[in-house]
Amino acid sequence: MTVAELICPAGTPASLRTAVDAGADAVYCGFQNATNARNFPGLNFSPDELAASVRYAHEQGTKVLLALNTYPPDGKFDLWKEAADLGARLGIDAYIVADVGVAEYIRQNHPGIRLHLSVQAAASSPEAIRYYVREFAVKRVVLPRILTIPEIREIKSEIPCEIETFIFGNHGLMVEGRCSLTNYATGLSTNMDGVCSPAAEVHYVRDDQENLSTRLGEFTIDRFGAGEKAGYPTICKGRYTTAQRQGGYYAFEEPISLNLARLLPDLIDAGVNAFKIEGRQRSRAYVREVVSSFRYAVDQIRAGNKPDLADLVALTEGQKETQGAFRTKKWR
Amino acid sequence: MTAAPARASRMATLGAVLPMPLFVLQPVLRRIARRITREHAEVFARLGPHTQTGFVIDPVDFPFALFLRPEPQAPDFRAVRRAHLPAHEARISGSFLTLLRLIDADVDGDALFFSRDLVISGNTEAVVSLRNALDDVEGSIAADVAEMFGPLGRIALRKLRQAAHASPPTEG
Repeated sequence: MTVAELICPAGTPASLRTAVDAGADAVYCGFQNATNARNFPGLNFSPDELAASVRYAHEQGTKVLLALNTYPPDGKFDLWKEAADLGARLGIDAYIVADVGVAEYIRQNHPGIRLHLSVQAAASSPEAIRYYVREFAVKRVVLPRILTIPEIREIKSEIPCEIETFIFGNHGLMVEGRCSLTNYATGLSTNMDGVCSPAAEVHYVRDDQENLSTRLGEFTIDRFGAGEKAGYPTICKGRYTTAQRQGGYYAFEEPISLNLARLLPDLIDAGVNAFKIEGRQRSRAYVREVVSSFRYAVDQIRAGNKPDLADLVALTEGQKETQGAFRTKKWR
Repeated sequence: MTAAPARASRMATLGAVLPMPLFVLQPVLRRIARRITREHAEVFARLGPHTQTGFVIDPVDFPFALFLRPEPQAPDFRAVRRAHLPAHEARISGSFLTLLRLIDADVDGDALFFSRDLVISGNTEAVVSLRNALDDVEGSIAADVAEMFGPLGRIALRKLRQAAHASPPTEG
């Protein structure tokens, strides 16, 4: 049985302490700039905040992983180098990277710190993963959310590194690291600016019948009827008209969250080394509830018990949950 | 619902039917703003440019709304009539108990948005900044405010928390 570390999100220092106190084995976080894929207003860590947070986490035996998981645009690579150097000085335990340049810089300059390959690298084949291991000494790969458990088991048998899978949160299935939908709609890049659906470009319009329209830039991407559960304002969760269907249709994915609570034993059995909870943009209340629920579940499974799993549906997008491709490729 | 939470819940919505002279509230709200400003200066760094943004915070079951301009040196926090709202860039609406749970760090803002218990309009970036700034305040802002009013404040918060949990926002 693998250790199955619990990797938990932290968007602010208070969230980080909440995650640590709730039983995270490791927390992941980022600086207040484009070097990470949750570059949202009011979120993330100043250098001083990260220094204090690393101290707090280490005192409790929790690791801190620094997300540097965006792609430096031409001429701006220094920002990623400085973030990597700063992270090393502050004592972080691992980097989460996607770009080969960032990976190479860290391999050369901070070889004593673990490298994890971000889901943003979209490495889903043994060949791709072995390349990153061979060239950059990557110790762990975060797999895209498009693989079934048998496929994960097969990949595990063919790679010389650890596997981390998402178990809860956003069910974003665009080819991560290569999605340009936000860029098309707003001019800002998810992958280079670190922001999917920038809040400054999001507008909610409610009419007098309480229908809620979500606009991103100049595009209306969804319209929720009165009382209908809502989702994030992302294009991949938008509803569109198509020639093949009547009415609005979730052409890419529905507003829905991943929840693999019931698949944890199968994932451990397949050789997954770490479970990732998505949600650096979420609140302390989310972090406390989700982390403590999965801490309990993982501990019970490791003790040979069947956990009584908490109901987390109230925290899910659209208040719906799925096991997605982990259960079957035909989840929709 | 037990008797105490039911009473608190009724108190929370009492304002919907009782006329209330706002001038009575203003000194209390100013005091709350000064206290939060003094004790949680870190909030302003997270707000960035939105320390100059005007927010309307609208407990829909109250007869008045609140206006907030979170300037570090001179925070403006006051009760306002809905018919005469001051110029503002963002608005956050929900029941009083929903908003209370939010500043009590007891419930997730995104989940409230998904369930439609929380409605936001205007400048979304300002709302997201404010949400993240307040969520980084250690402990509970609601508890800090209650503490200002001593034992009575603590009792009132306890009753309101019970009421909030007895009638939680829409789920599922």
